Amino acid sequence: MRPNLFYGLPVDLFYGLPIVLMTFVCLAAIVVSALLRNNSKVVFVFSCVGLVAVIGAACLLFPNGTAFQGMISVGVYSSFFDILFCSAALLVMIAGRSYLQRMEFEFDEFYLLILLATSGMMLMAHANHLLITFIGIEVMSVSFYVLAAYMRTKTLSVEAGLKYFLLGAFATGFLLYGMALVYGATGGAMEFGAIRSAVGREPSSLLLMAGTGLIIVGLCFKVAAFPFHSWAPDVYQGAPTVVTAFMSTAGKAAALSAFYTLMNALIPDGSPEATKIYMLLAVISAASMLFGNIVAATQTNVKRMLAYSSVAQAGYMMMGLVAGTKAGMTGMMMYLASYMFTQIGALVVASIIETKYGENLEFSDYAGLSKSQPALAGLMALFMFSMVGIPPLAMFFGKYYLFTAAIDAGFTWLAVVAAVATVISAYFYLGLIVTMYFKQQNEGQAVLQTEPGLSGITLVLSASGVIMLGLLPALLVKLTTLGL
Amino acid sequence: MQNVPLEYYLALSATLFVIGAIGVLTRRNAIIIFMCIEMMLNAVNLTLVAFSSFLGSISGQIFVFFVMTVAAAEAAVGLAIILALFRNKQTIDVNDINVMKW
Repeated sequence: MRPNLFYGLPVDLFYGLPIVLMTFVCLAAIVVSALLRNNSKVVFVFSCVGLVAVIGAACLLFPNGTAFQGMISVGVYSSFFDILFCSAALLVMIAGRSYLQRMEFEFDEFYLLILLATSGMMLMAHANHLLITFIGIEVMSVSFYVLAAYMRTKTLSVEAGLKYFLLGAFATGFLLYGMALVYGATGGAMEFGAIRSAVGREPSSLLLMAGTGLIIVGLCFKVAAFPFHSWAPDVYQGAPTVVTAFMSTAGKAAALSAFYTLMNALIPDGSPEATKIYMLLAVISAASMLFGNIVAATQTNVKRMLAYSSVAQAGYMMMGLVAGTKAGMTGMMMYLASYMFTQIGALVVASIIETKYGENLEFSDYAGLSKSQPALAGLMALFMFSMVGIPPLAMFFGKYYLFTAAIDAGFTWLAVVAAVATVISAYFYLGLIVTMYFKQQNEGQAVLQTEPGLSGITLVLSASGVIMLGLLPALLVKLTTLGL
Repeated sequence: MQNVPLEYYLALSATLFVIGAIGVLTRRNAIIIFMCIEMMLNAVNLTLVAFSSFLGSISGQIFVFFVMTVAAAEAAVGLAIILALFRNKQTIDVNDINVMKW
């Protein structure tokens, strides 16, 4: 038994170590920033060290189980997500420091909010109780509202914050109402195990169906899937670029981790409604892939293009939920990890090219980038190739696992739709590469001069992540299958 | 004293929820939209308390406390964002929030 390793430490504390440590790092960082006014370097270093410590704690690979009276679950599944969220936070923080310095907008609060959002995400992945899921979602979302509106003197950023806030709170209402109905329909069950057995025991009622539907609506909003995506393009475009990188990767991954655990509890195998709900999820997934990619192809702003493509990516990820199998889940986790490196890399390149006044985000500004900034153009090309799913790169394997999982689960038509959507996506991802390499810089356009600074570290880490996951996908797959 | 049946509570809270949702979709003033969202959350609270009381399960009422706390946190953040918007644009009408196309 592993708990003996920590002799004398209560089992709850040991099992909850990543979460407890993360919460402690958040609070300590707030104290540090309050004690040392205007010394963001210390807060930055402290936050980074804290995140590395949490990653270390999550690497202990806890045996599957629950802690705190069944409120949180631990295991390889949640540890995987802990590591994913903390790595995303770390990459974004490192890139964010130099980005915010360039924008002349560096405050301690950026790091604190990233930490707080990460702790919320970890709660979502660890949740074994409706209450914990709810609190996790809210801690994450409220931090995101502030982060989206972070540049408070820039209209674009504040507008993004307001849109995110109003629509996010609206969606929270639906999610919460769904939870309340499920609570009533299952006769007072809130813990996932109790919900699962109650749903399996009783014939499905209207209350339960309505509750499940409302929860799906609320979560689809959080992952920005098709009919509930309308906030995503505006928020992702308006928010500071590094924040967009964090929201569209870690935020999406957190919502999907909660989606999986909730669906696991609400749709036990063999329940009569299961096929209907899976079909509904499949339709949402297919619509997101097609809609996101088709609209992304018409965009002229790189950030907005990546925003619409992230709607499509949500569709791909949901294929894993639709399959509802272990293979589907492995594919989804693999895809989330590769998407994290790719999307963060692409947006950090965009953040380096962006000027202080929010310019240089159009496709035309990228013309001739291969001459003026060969390194940045090369990295951007790498990330775009990964997005399309060119074989040796990370997202190819993610797509491969998801497609096979969907076909094995009997959703061949969904895999066909996904393949068609991928072909459409090649148009704009490769279009950006063509612009960078084969188009001449416009006359009269100022030569781009920018210093990546610390962002360079993030770029190198993301690029190596993309290549490593592409070369050694089996390693990660083995890890994810351990605990499912 | 005759007890009010559970269905009445559920119907009332569903009605409040729908009124709130319609308000969010039709009103254009950011603060009124926010008040409608608060009404939706309170409709959920009513559902939770009603279930909790009729099922004899305490966790529904505990949940309500958390919902209220979260709603307070959301209110603080939301009003601050609305304030920041007003400082930038001198309006909180969501029709005027159109730097990016909706």
